[in-house]
Amino acid sequence: MSSASASVIDANRQLLKKLLLVAVMMFGVGYAMVPFYEQMCRIAGIRDVFRSDQPALSNTQIDLKRNVSIEFDSNTQRLAWTFRPLDRHVEVHPGAVTQVMYEVRNTLDRPVTGQAVPSYGPQRAGQYFKKLECFCFQQQTLGPHETRLMPVVFVIDPQLPEDLGTITLSYTFFEVAGTQKRPG
Amino acid sequence: MSAVIDNHGHAHGGAHDDHGDHGHHPSGLMRWVTTTNHKDIGTMYLWFSFAMFLVGGVMAMVIRAELFQPGMQIVSPEFFNSMTTYHGLIMVFGAIMPAFVGFANWQIPLMIGAPDMAFPRMNNWSFWLLPPAAILLVSSFLVPGGGAGVGWTMYAPLTTQMGPGMDLTIFAVHLLGMSSIMGSINIITTILNLRAPGMTLMKMPLFVWTWLITAYLLVASMPVLAGAVTMTLTDRHFGTSFFNAAGGGDPVLYQHIFWFFGHPEVYIIAIPAFGVISQVIPAFSRKPLFGYASMVYATSSIAILSFMVWAHHMYVVGMPVAGQLYFMYATMLIAVPTGVKVFNWVATMWKGSLSFETPMLFALGFLFLFTLGGFTGLVLSLTSVDVQLQDTYYVVAHFHYVMVAGALFSAFAGVYFWFPKWTGKMYDETLGKIHFWLSLIFFNITFFVQHFLGLAGMPRRIPDYNLQFVEFNQISSIGAFGFGLSQLLFLYIIIKAIKSGEKAPQLPWDGADTLEWTHLPTPAPYHTFENPPFVK
Repeated sequence: MSSASASVIDANRQLLKKLLLVAVMMFGVGYAMVPFYEQMCRIAGIRDVFRSDQPALSNTQIDLKRNVSIEFDSNTQRLAWTFRPLDRHVEVHPGAVTQVMYEVRNTLDRPVTGQAVPSYGPQRAGQYFKKLECFCFQQQTLGPHETRLMPVVFVIDPQLPEDLGTITLSYTFFEVAGTQKRPG
Repeated sequence: MSAVIDNHGHAHGGAHDDHGDHGHHPSGLMRWVTTTNHKDIGTMYLWFSFAMFLVGGVMAMVIRAELFQPGMQIVSPEFFNSMTTYHGLIMVFGAIMPAFVGFANWQIPLMIGAPDMAFPRMNNWSFWLLPPAAILLVSSFLVPGGGAGVGWTMYAPLTTQMGPGMDLTIFAVHLLGMSSIMGSINIITTILNLRAPGMTLMKMPLFVWTWLITAYLLVASMPVLAGAVTMTLTDRHFGTSFFNAAGGGDPVLYQHIFWFFGHPEVYIIAIPAFGVISQVIPAFSRKPLFGYASMVYATSSIAILSFMVWAHHMYVVGMPVAGQLYFMYATMLIAVPTGVKVFNWVATMWKGSLSFETPMLFALGFLFLFTLGGFTGLVLSLTSVDVQLQDTYYVVAHFHYVMVAGALFSAFAGVYFWFPKWTGKMYDETLGKIHFWLSLIFFNITFFVQHFLGLAGMPRRIPDYNLQFVEFNQISSIGAFGFGLSQLLFLYIIIKAIKSGEKAPQLPWDGADTLEWTHLPTPAPYHTFENPPFVK
């Protein structure tokens, strides 16, 4: 580079700074995608499992002619809690507000925070299953050996297709990472 | 500093003997560790990438050996998964990308009349980050839990659950990313600031143009990958929940961030390959490149479009139909500039005075097979078709047509093309042609049948398969073993040429007309263009 004049070296440095700035900014863009996609999903209504469904039912009349069988399932994922529904199964009319209870118990000697994630079977029934209140809308913190009863209030949309006679609501409790103190 | 450069052509017989008379740099190993010479660094990049090509190739052989028969024979499923993962990572980040950076290091200063890269010391750093990264990748096999079997795309939530091998892989990706960003900044600065007088942007050889565009892609997309793997790392160890569903994160978010990098990445691999082909085809057609300006614009528009189509890799995540349609049409749009390029290459050959030495053969192999890979890409861009073909062997066939027959064949074309300029020796033309035909035939035996496997529904990344897939898998495995062995012939050809090759003529290819052929002796001396040439 003996032949490179001072002005060229200066121009090179300028360009180096600008390009480094671009690289640093693009690193930030990767992180900026996190809130961006959160907003996108909120606007598009995708994967909004942690929010109450508005009872925006076009017809709030109870459809007494129809019975839908709702089954409840509960799981934990690497979490030392016992977690079960008080009723495994209920029969409801579409449009009727129903409340069921789940019982959860922390078997550990320390407080643990968990988050339940719902899913539906069959999957397409999910859009007709309106949860008005659910323990899955918040993280749940249980003290050592604490037992808690937690409600789910829901309505089945009367628009539910005729061929869906049975819906399974399944919850999985995950431990919320980062809330547990690591030993040492 | 003895090499006196004759900048006015006809340099052979000029007064420079480049044995041991540029004694200002250390010798032996330290010469290579401390070098800031773009030719030394380019050579190291090329050898490094070839070594990685062999490592990744051995992994491919393990994969194909296991898939020779249904059922589990040779390796455990976990090891098979780590083979597919590291085969992909090593071939993409260790073999193909460093190979083209090697070409950039050697060729860009020679082609624009610059004495060296703009930041020679940073150039040394860019290269020497690669061996530690390779060691990290390979050593992840030695830690408890073994290598990460997550696929080269490193999707969450699998990555947040893997053993410590994943952490080593993440750090390797960090180093590779840093190396690429530094190399790209160097290339952009060299091209924009160090061109010889009279070398306007639109007079630059197309190889230089393609690298300018690629370097911008790298600077813009590599940091996003670094961000994605950093998020994975903090999810694993520091309690964040970017991709962890339990904490309100979303694994699909990882796919969006990854492919925002990943789709430009496939053009980062393909565009320099286009550049090499755009030098080789005119040289062996003895005609200037047809439609130079349209080539520049087509390459630029491919680069810009590449940032707008990432979600076509994830049609099945549950996107709204409007999103699928947008990504489908945007993806199909890329076929237009790509078609312009293929048209221009064919038009360059039209009524040309063609000859078919090894570089030209590889360029033609590229032209046919890359176009085929492009067509299967177009098939996969259709949402309705992709839902069926997602994660099948059809996808594997598609991207090996563009990565192997595209990028790798183009790299072979480049090595054979510039080998005389770099070393002053000629390779064995007969052996070169044999290497081409073996590669071409075995490549197609390996990958063409994978289209059928994919259409029949065989999933990728699975070590076992149903009995109806046996024949095609055996054909594919035999092809793969042949392809792997053929590449040892390439190593032999290169070593033989370096040791006992015939002396190369000043201009081995009649049609080559860029600065390194017209203004420099063959072989290129250690220091070139200390006084810039004037380009008319």
